[in-house]
Amino acid sequence: MIRRLALPTNYAVAYAVKSCDVDVIAAYPITPQTAVVEKLSEFVADGELDAEFIAAESEHSALSAVVGASAVGARVFTATSSQGLALMHEVLFIASSMRLPIVMAIANRTLSMPLNIHNDHQDMMASRDCGWVQMYVSSAQEAHDSIIQSYRLAERSDILVPVCVCYDGFVLSHTYEPVIVREKDEVMEYLPRIDRPNILDPDRPITMGIMALPDHTYEFKYQLVDALTKVPKALEEVDKEFEKRFNVSYGLYEEYMMEDAEVLLIAMGAMASTAKVAIDRLRSRGVKVGLFRPRLYRPIPIDSWREAFMKAKVLAVVDRAIGFGGVGGPLFNDIAALFANDRDRPLILNFIAGIGGRDVTVKELIDMINMSFKVIERGYVDKPCIYYGVRGLEV
Amino acid sequence: MGCVIREPGSSVRNRTASWRVFAPNVDRSKCVKCLLCWVFCPEGAIEIDEDGFTKVNYTYCKGCGICANECPPKAITMVK
Repeated sequence: MIRRLALPTNYAVAYAVKSCDVDVIAAYPITPQTAVVEKLSEFVADGELDAEFIAAESEHSALSAVVGASAVGARVFTATSSQGLALMHEVLFIASSMRLPIVMAIANRTLSMPLNIHNDHQDMMASRDCGWVQMYVSSAQEAHDSIIQSYRLAERSDILVPVCVCYDGFVLSHTYEPVIVREKDEVMEYLPRIDRPNILDPDRPITMGIMALPDHTYEFKYQLVDALTKVPKALEEVDKEFEKRFNVSYGLYEEYMMEDAEVLLIAMGAMASTAKVAIDRLRSRGVKVGLFRPRLYRPIPIDSWREAFMKAKVLAVVDRAIGFGGVGGPLFNDIAALFANDRDRPLILNFIAGIGGRDVTVKELIDMINMSFKVIERGYVDKPCIYYGVRGLEV
Repeated sequence: MGCVIREPGSSVRNRTASWRVFAPNVDRSKCVKCLLCWVFCPEGAIEIDEDGFTKVNYTYCKGCGICANECPPKAITMVK
């Protein structure tokens, strides 16, 4: 029987975590926390989920608690946002370097100051080099299914890397959508419990969280680099298995009307859904524009990104985060670096938009696309990074 | 993998003496065998020889100088 519920993404994530039968959830319960763990605490209190719920005194403690629980072999979950993610920062690296298959949900929000709890991607972008697998989703259903896929991916013996599922704060986190809830028995068939090799067990003592000096640290870090290079193929497999059972797949990225696109809009998260409407309108007028929505953002599936981008004349990269003092936004930096050694490559434009929860409208996206076509006519880019829509600035 | 060590005893293989700049030198004519150096050494790098005198294990001694600081008769000096 298929159960379809109207859920905001927060609840969609909570239902997924419940179906994954996690053992330990630790979270800081107040702002910037979202309703995802509130719902989970209800599930635990009502006896619907047999898990330990730890209401931690900070996000630093919350992630530390799931690190400890994961170290003894438990299936664990935590969630956070903005300042909370910033407070977790040092533990993010500990979790990935200890190769613990933690899954975390992040309702992306801006970082202070000014005080603002609304959406942009600045929080995760400030932590993007933490060695976690990072997925950006664009619907409640995708968030729900991505959580389930994340455990399957993270717990693979050839991967063992923590995963975070990022979804835009409010725009997705608090917005209701119809969601097909995957039931526990079916999910558990997809997600069987696997014995992990390195867990704390009094009968088989090991040392975890060791010290290593200049002589060995690099090699430990490289092991994580190496595991991340295996993630794109592993996620493809995880996604295919998911499709077999649940009849839906998401891939490593989403392509929309890319076939003959001269301008390729590249955007992550909820903004990409709006972009499809913009593209539909322009396509109806014969404008050759397409969309590429990265789903797996870390690690970058380098070859498929390059292949997807090479055919376009202009790449219009929309960043929902600022790269302060840099050449442009973080996504732009990644994409520009892809072509660092190429003579023939598309021109790349960067739009910074949607900061602090400001809407990115269809009209604005159409405007960005039109500006990108002008670049094709001109043949060069004089100003790669455009702070689109900021008041008091001519663009 | 994952910064895990599967067998005990690996710290013995970590020859921490490579950190040392100043090494303790024991003057046996001054040593009164009180063994305060042995008590205070944070690394357990002070050994006792067959005559009961202090003997430094230079494989692990990091050269922190605590032994020299604690030694009542000033029998231990730090030398480069």
